[in-house]
Amino acid sequence: MTVTDERPAAEVGAARRRKEDARLITGRTMWTENVALPGMLHLAILRSPMAHARLVRVDTAPALREPGVVAAFSGRDLPAMGLPCAWPVTEDMVHPDHPALAVDEVRHVGEPVAVVVARDRASAVDALAAVDVEYEPLPVVTDMEQALADGAPLVHRDKGTNKSYTWVFDSAAAGTGGSTEEAFANAPVVLRRRYVQQRLIPSFMEPRSVVADPTGDQYTVWSATQIPHILRFLLSVVTGTPEHKVRVVAPDVGGGFGGKLQVTPEEVIAFAVAQKLGKPVKYTETRSDSLLSAHHGRDQIQDIELAADRDGKVLGLRVKLLANMGAYLGLVTPGVPLLGAFMYNAIYKFPAYRFECTGVFTNTTITDAYRGAGRPEATYAIERIMDELAAELGLDPVEVRRRNWIGHDEFPFTTVAGLTYDSGNYEAATEKALSLFGYDALREEQKRRRESRDRVQLGIGVSTYTEMCGLAPSRVLGSLRYGAGGWETASVRMLPTGKVEVVTGTSPHGQSHETAWSQIVADQLGVAFEDVEVLHGDTRTSHKGLDTYGSRSLAVGGIALVNACQKVIEKAKPVAAHLLECDVNDLEFRGGAFRVRGTPTEEPGKTLADCALAVFAAHDLPDGVEPSLDADATFDPENFSFPHGTHLCAVEVDTETGRVSIRSYVAVDDVGRVVNPLIVEGQVHGGVVQGIAQALFEEAVYDADGNLLTGTFVDYTLPSAADLPDVVSDRTETPAPGHPLGTKGVGEAGTIASTPAVVNAVVDALRPYGVNDIRMPCTPERVWRALQGGAS
Amino acid sequence: MPRISLTVDGVRYDDDVEPRTLLVHHLRERLGKVGTVVGCDTSNCGACTVLMSGEAVKSCTVLAVQADGADITTVEGLAGPDGKLHPVQQAFHDRHALQCGFCTPGMIMAAVDLLAENPDPTDEEIREGLEGNLCRCTGYQNIVRAVRDAAAAMRSAAAPQESVPIGGGA
Repeated sequence: MTVTDERPAAEVGAARRRKEDARLITGRTMWTENVALPGMLHLAILRSPMAHARLVRVDTAPALREPGVVAAFSGRDLPAMGLPCAWPVTEDMVHPDHPALAVDEVRHVGEPVAVVVARDRASAVDALAAVDVEYEPLPVVTDMEQALADGAPLVHRDKGTNKSYTWVFDSAAAGTGGSTEEAFANAPVVLRRRYVQQRLIPSFMEPRSVVADPTGDQYTVWSATQIPHILRFLLSVVTGTPEHKVRVVAPDVGGGFGGKLQVTPEEVIAFAVAQKLGKPVKYTETRSDSLLSAHHGRDQIQDIELAADRDGKVLGLRVKLLANMGAYLGLVTPGVPLLGAFMYNAIYKFPAYRFECTGVFTNTTITDAYRGAGRPEATYAIERIMDELAAELGLDPVEVRRRNWIGHDEFPFTTVAGLTYDSGNYEAATEKALSLFGYDALREEQKRRRESRDRVQLGIGVSTYTEMCGLAPSRVLGSLRYGAGGWETASVRMLPTGKVEVVTGTSPHGQSHETAWSQIVADQLGVAFEDVEVLHGDTRTSHKGLDTYGSRSLAVGGIALVNACQKVIEKAKPVAAHLLECDVNDLEFRGGAFRVRGTPTEEPGKTLADCALAVFAAHDLPDGVEPSLDADATFDPENFSFPHGTHLCAVEVDTETGRVSIRSYVAVDDVGRVVNPLIVEGQVHGGVVQGIAQALFEEAVYDADGNLLTGTFVDYTLPSAADLPDVVSDRTETPAPGHPLGTKGVGEAGTIASTPAVVNAVVDALRPYGVNDIRMPCTPERVWRALQGGAS
Repeated sequence: MPRISLTVDGVRYDDDVEPRTLLVHHLRERLGKVGTVVGCDTSNCGACTVLMSGEAVKSCTVLAVQADGADITTVEGLAGPDGKLHPVQQAFHDRHALQCGFCTPGMIMAAVDLLAENPDPTDEEIREGLEGNLCRCTGYQNIVRAVRDAAAAMRSAAAPQESVPIGGGA
């Protein structure tokens, strides 16, 4: 493998403009909603207006009399198809059935009750009004603590409890640290806080859409999904259709953020209807449907206790979580908080840690993965309470972190949560961030404004984060009872003209894999960037893979890609040796060509393209050489990847109106080596803004009857360009030692880091007013109320 | 059903439409102009933005019959007949102003409209001007840069004596 390392990397590291753009900026994109097939029928789904009710009657017959209607079904008319949960986190987890189309009972507003099939979309939607449903209302519970109280209404009456599971990690029991009881008993400083992770809605811009096309006993499913491979496997399991008869295509997909990491009721319903009618069918949700019924994220109550000494050295941490599952368990719903369990200790070293999470059912839409999934929640809580510790002891928040973080010379470092961080340099990232931010000058200004009792106060927030990404070592997933592995795969195919086809098992939906993978392959094989085509998202061409989430594509899939390229070079060697009439052992591969070792690079040698043509003709190959330069590689990581960084935020808070405006934001991220700085910067910008959105703007709100009050973009307030600042983004670079490219993940980092940086800044601005917390989102009203009431 | 006549991206179409048909559905489902997309149902996201007789409209908020006689430009009709990208398209590419690309057709059309009204906007004016278009991927920063670049390129192109390559800048 070392032979290619001698050549300077030309493409990796370059700010290549994206290959994907040409079709996206000209309107030539293939979204699922653009799929139109001859004879295709359209589905409309009737959704429950009740948060909890018994279905006394669902009569679809009247809908059949409406113009254009071809068929209509209730849950009783379709075969029983339970939606999958792939992560039973404990042996005794309560795991209720989750029918794709409700049968006897509905348990949240928006749950599918009936489906109408018509020749056009408008007719299908019109006919929904004719479906006759009688609901018998049942008691509703939406609040987690109420749901756990004695005598609470039960979401699943047959289960006798609203508790799904309790999962515990204890460093003393795990042998990764000491006992928190001892640590807390003797600690001079103990802080207790309750933080609330409000419910968020991922809000990918492309509404979900699915087309199911039965042809004989074969099925093609187009879906706006992040997980075509997992969807294929689970559609087969759920519907009983043999896996080799199911093809799933994720064409261009308009964002996901974890929100399209799901096997949805709509996908299963469309499949079942297509199967039943023998015709292609399409369903595309409206935005209102999407906000109501696509899975939500976050929604945790975090009780966190921190023990420390008077110098600010952390002695122990205890976390008790309530995690809202919603009414059912989605694909990885119960596991999301566990991804945070290993991150509460963050970049700090301390001796004792205990984490306990209880999953709770309520009459709300399910929660599941949303950008960061568990890790933003953990990072928020620890970074908030580190600021509280600083305030308690009168120390600078950066100094408190410095006294606790893992030194750059201490890697690899095994944490109190049992993970081994491979690399990092928190000092370097923090120094760079402080300098870009102008930290000392801002502190001076803050002091002046405080002294002059300025109406507009300045707040400074810091967040020093790390995260575990590159999901995931299969053995670790197995030990956490997850249903699948975490490997990733790639194929590299040399075409006779010297062009290269690359197939990846990852499934991009905005992450620019076509560009980044081309850059990597160009360097590995010595071919032109333009000569590489990256294929993905169709299980017919990409027969296996574990798709895109958890900042895994480059961190895991990138290694599979490099390995596949190396296999191609190995396969080409005997061919090149034959063409050059030399011994294989005398060859070297450099600058995209094989030459006899020691030959000057001016000699043309034999390129991979030469070998590909020779293999295509196959007229004159050495005996026993396979006429192919194609190679597959599948890679299972041994460890996660641990990007880190320091984010700093300065906010101005109008103490009379409660309005918060971000004055400056600096993000210094260490994501290891960078394949394309343009793409990395884009991921950071978008990630930071999504985290800012949680801090300041977004919240999914239910009323006591279980109605979603934020069911449109009028009420669920995604920030616009006018609401946001420019982000100053820079990097430090500590290569990942276990990765041939040295890369770490970047997709979630910004979101993980930014929420606590912003809220720490808002609280910092208001500390002189006795405020030590503000519930997210920090709207003007919440800030103003906190100012009136002091500590909230 | 009323009969309407539309010119879309330079091609004239005459169709009978249901009075309740939205312009965006007419464009997508009848005329096959699927470059324009639907992102919401409350006119908040702007993904469906097109130019109607020179003015940006959210085509989910216009009835097809209201557009009778209008000249519509969608993202599909923005590039020149030789395929040369419009300066806004070029700048979006150069500045990495899109990731998943779903909001991009509407964002580009809104930016074209913004620059027609204000050829030299400040960053703040760009942010205010694009307030009606939501993007979930980019954080908007590169969109602002792209619009700024496109403005400069278009101003240079309008000044006949100067010649500056489109989409310049780092």
